[in-house]
Amino acid sequence: MNETNNREIAIKLSGVKKMYKLGQIGGGTLTADIQSWWARRRGKDDPNTKIGTNQRLIGKTFMALNGIDLTVYKGEALGIIGGNGAGKSTMLKLLSRVTAPTEGEIDIYGRITSMLEVGTGFNGEMTGRENVYLNGAILGMTKAEIDAKMEEIIEFSEVREFIDTPVKRYSSGMYVKLAFSVAAHLDSEIMIMDEVLAVGDMAFQKKCLDKMRDAAKKEGRTVLYVSHNMNTIRQLCDRCVVLDKGKVVYEGDVEEGIGHYLGLYNSSEQIIDLRNLPREKWFKNGPAKFESLEMEKEKAIYDLNAKMRMKISILSNQDIKNALLGVFILNQGIAVTSMKTPSIVSLEKNKICVLELEVDLERIAPGKYTTKLVLSKQNEMGHVEYYDVLMNTYSFEIVQPHNWMHNRPWSIHNNGFLVSQDLKLLKQFNTSEDYK
Amino acid sequence: MTSTVNSQMKHHTHISSKHKMLSLNLSEVWKYKDLIVLFTKRTFVLTYKQTVLGPAWIFLNPLISSIIYAFVFGGIAGIGTEGVPQLLFYLCSNAIWTFFSTCVTKNASTFTANAAVFGKVYFPRLTTPISNVLSSLIQFGVQMILVVVFLVYYLIKGAVSPNWLAWLAIPIELIHLGLFGLGVGIIISSMTTKYRDLSILVGFGVSLWMYITPIVYPISQLGDGFMKTILMINPVTAPVEVIRYAILGQGTIMPIYLAISWALTVIVMVFGIMIFNKVEKTFMDTV
Repeated sequence: MNETNNREIAIKLSGVKKMYKLGQIGGGTLTADIQSWWARRRGKDDPNTKIGTNQRLIGKTFMALNGIDLTVYKGEALGIIGGNGAGKSTMLKLLSRVTAPTEGEIDIYGRITSMLEVGTGFNGEMTGRENVYLNGAILGMTKAEIDAKMEEIIEFSEVREFIDTPVKRYSSGMYVKLAFSVAAHLDSEIMIMDEVLAVGDMAFQKKCLDKMRDAAKKEGRTVLYVSHNMNTIRQLCDRCVVLDKGKVVYEGDVEEGIGHYLGLYNSSEQIIDLRNLPREKWFKNGPAKFESLEMEKEKAIYDLNAKMRMKISILSNQDIKNALLGVFILNQGIAVTSMKTPSIVSLEKNKICVLELEVDLERIAPGKYTTKLVLSKQNEMGHVEYYDVLMNTYSFEIVQPHNWMHNRPWSIHNNGFLVSQDLKLLKQFNTSEDYK
Repeated sequence: MTSTVNSQMKHHTHISSKHKMLSLNLSEVWKYKDLIVLFTKRTFVLTYKQTVLGPAWIFLNPLISSIIYAFVFGGIAGIGTEGVPQLLFYLCSNAIWTFFSTCVTKNASTFTANAAVFGKVYFPRLTTPISNVLSSLIQFGVQMILVVVFLVYYLIKGAVSPNWLAWLAIPIELIHLGLFGLGVGIIISSMTTKYRDLSILVGFGVSLWMYITPIVYPISQLGDGFMKTILMINPVTAPVEVIRYAILGQGTIMPIYLAISWALTVIVMVFGIMIFNKVEKTFMDTV
């Protein structure tokens, strides 16, 4: 870290806090505010209070950022990750001067471009070219600068044919491409991006990423990048910061940061109380109930083909001799696979039965999953009777190993739920004659 | 890469939770002058896109409303115009009032109308009100062409006698009106971020304001009563009178009220900038 001391600072945040008021801000109308004020003065009930609550949320606040100290050095690509509500967007808003901090100081050395959203100020009635001028000026370019870059912007955007057509006739993809092109061609030393790359087709996304990487690596610009897509963070950033509940909880290496974040995000506790978790809607209370789940692993992150070990406790209020326990693995509500206990489980009345299980995750593709627990029996007629059905009990992630699949990220959407063996190459030969 | 280093030195931005009450930061606004021009251009481009008559509306609009004024106030109500041809009187008054009222109404919605843009990108917020005043000024200029056309016509007929020397005061009084309109507009816009009531009030407030300003009638129609005092205290009255005195050679100029009007303009501007500065920093959290 000695080396960093000599590096030029691009952004420095010290003790930055941002407070938001919870609930309604004012009545929204002047009359409602006067009404409330008058009622409080006379010691009467506030007519603008929600029925059933005693107070308006006056004085209740929420710290979106709670003391951020961070230094960003010139020429680095810094990734910012964190769950929803961690304070990422608030931080970017403060840096782009859209709103001001409640406490603390921020110093920015250099011109800053923020792409919290592409196409800000685009107007549907105006042509692509007119919008490039307006959007560029909003982002801080002068007309001369835009004139000089116009050709490049149009070329990059891939919408040359439509540049003099009102953008309201553009497809959403064209619109975004043009908008991104303007932002990407700004001559600023610092670029702030909030997941704007999640747009356009695959080819364009790649083009955008390359452009950003060039900005950071070749042109020596500073890039701040916020995303939920860990792969783009890996590809683009050389340092990363993890935010949680308005604070910096990790700062440093990208891979470690991602690991830290995934651990936070899947913050399924190691021991989960199952008694009050939501059941399936159609399910009425049965004679037995899941009590608790205890995972062997502390973090809900598993390697490919790992084994997941857990302890499940079940309380029954009657003797059950023929129960079956099933573990379902779901991805966005769709069952990927399900496994059941090999033999019948017997439960004794008013006793807690503990089952230690091992779930083999073999061949399940990298991705985020949840588990569903089902305790049931099959009666003599072949019908299934349910004792307890638990939705989304435990969430976990299976991570892709390094240098796997030639570093191509596995996407469940494209590649499927199961990792199969490589193809067997039976024979390869080249035809002897030239093909015409 | 020395240029980058240099510009980096130049571009040091310090953001703090504290703010200065009266910092205008005009140098920053100047850097965004191209944006002001583009915003102004956009106002016109957008108004006349997909209309058949296009920019002709700039002329048709004031002409039609002036004819209606002349018909209603001059014809039906029988309000005299001190010998000035009625159509010319109303064209001129209408142009001045439109300039002032668009300054107020457009600026009154600065924050709410631009919330989407302001919420995503930083640029000096003052560029929007300034471009609003500029576009109102251009609109006024275009209307003045119409006024001059009619003025020439009536001059040839010998129906008007303008005070040519007083024309020098027109630009000064336009700035006066523009500043006052800007001040009132940004005060309202700053308050509408929290109280939406005001945006409803502005619409008819401004049209009521017109009736306590000598727009559809000359001051001389009022006599010397209580109404006249209200009329004269109204800061818009004095500049309107000066401009009309120059163009039409009609009107009453009272230096005291002109001074009061200037004083009020300065107060409104200072207060406006103070409240605007306060609101622009965090209005995104409340709007």
